[in-house]
Amino acid sequence: MAIKARHKRFVLIGIGLALVGLAAMLILNAFQSNMVFFYTPTQVDKGEVPKNTGFRIGGLVVPGSLKRGGDGLSVSFVITDTAKTVPVIYKGVLPDLFKEGKGVVAQGKVGADGIFMASEVLAKHDENYMPPEAAEALKRAKEQGKTLVMPAK
Amino acid sequence: MKINWFKYSSPQTFYPLAGKMIPWFAWLATILAIAGLYISFVIAPTDFQQGEAYRIIFVHVPAAWMSMVIYIVMAAWAGLGLALNARLSAMMAQALAPTGAIFTLLALVTGSLWGKPMWGAWWVWDARLTSELILLFLYLGFIALQSSIDDPRRADRAGALLALVGVVNVPIIYFSVKWWNTLHQGSSINMGAAPKMAATMLLGMLLMALAFWMYTVAVGLMRVRCIMLERERSADWVKALSLGAK
Repeated sequence: MAIKARHKRFVLIGIGLALVGLAAMLILNAFQSNMVFFYTPTQVDKGEVPKNTGFRIGGLVVPGSLKRGGDGLSVSFVITDTAKTVPVIYKGVLPDLFKEGKGVVAQGKVGADGIFMASEVLAKHDENYMPPEAAEALKRAKEQGKTLVMPAK
Repeated sequence: MKINWFKYSSPQTFYPLAGKMIPWFAWLATILAIAGLYISFVIAPTDFQQGEAYRIIFVHVPAAWMSMVIYIVMAAWAGLGLALNARLSAMMAQALAPTGAIFTLLALVTGSLWGKPMWGAWWVWDARLTSELILLFLYLGFIALQSSIDDPRRADRAGALLALVGVVNVPIIYFSVKWWNTLHQGSSINMGAAPKMAATMLLGMLLMALAFWMYTVAVGLMRVRCIMLERERSADWVKALSLGAK
């Protein structure tokens, strides 16, 4: 009978784990909208962002859009998810990895004029790691193959 | 030939076996760590975006991997102990918890040190970072719960329940970068896809991961030996051992 009790405990543990997993899945599903770290420009365009409070917006910095203000601190750039774009104004120090064409996450509010006033700008790094020579070779291959298409405004 | 595995499920027979295995794993860990560190910091090329700062991945990524792997192994031992009422299984779970907690802390601290210059923030509450922090609390909670109950059998059962419930968090950590928008980047190494990093970098990272793995086994065995002696101090085999040592 000892073996039977042992099997029963295995089954009970299995059922318990499955129930906990199911509960976690349902909870995470219910909180889906709260689990995102940032919203995309498309979501901003559709109005799927929190009203009247700050939120984060993420995407790529449109190449050529970065402009520095006369005071040397304020910058403006455009964030895109390749479908929609949002102009951003920020006053402060940009992180090392901030670059045109690279990922960025900005915290702030959308003003009445549709410009996103950022209070904090973070660089979102991608998962690619390679030596500079390899990156250079990749870039050259890409340029020969096809020119980069600027995302439509 | 059939090996009787159950022979080693009793502390009395496992104690000398563990003692014999420790030097092997310790040496493997040392050799792998030396090779891994050499490749990581001398041979591996500079990254095209991050410069030298990317070298944190040689510690950060293996530590984060180990924090998740150790938790699953720990919970499996705890669950086995709960189901079979086996003393040694529960002791294994108890022995792994501190190492898991250390690796979790290491992943969090190295990530934070890298995050400040690269992202521009020490800490953000995104899904990956938050779930890894919860993992640290799970480890600490497991350790605290076990040590707060005097009766070891009851402590094992309570700890096992906590460990098993916490398993839910591990897939959340792993898939968080896929399921939600996070500031943390996606994984560079995926099943069924070419790794998104240069080969030498990958080699360095894998060697470090193996070194951490061997270290975990060696330290886990050392700790489980201590736990065995402590818990079975009134057993005949421990008494015989302490007499023999004199």
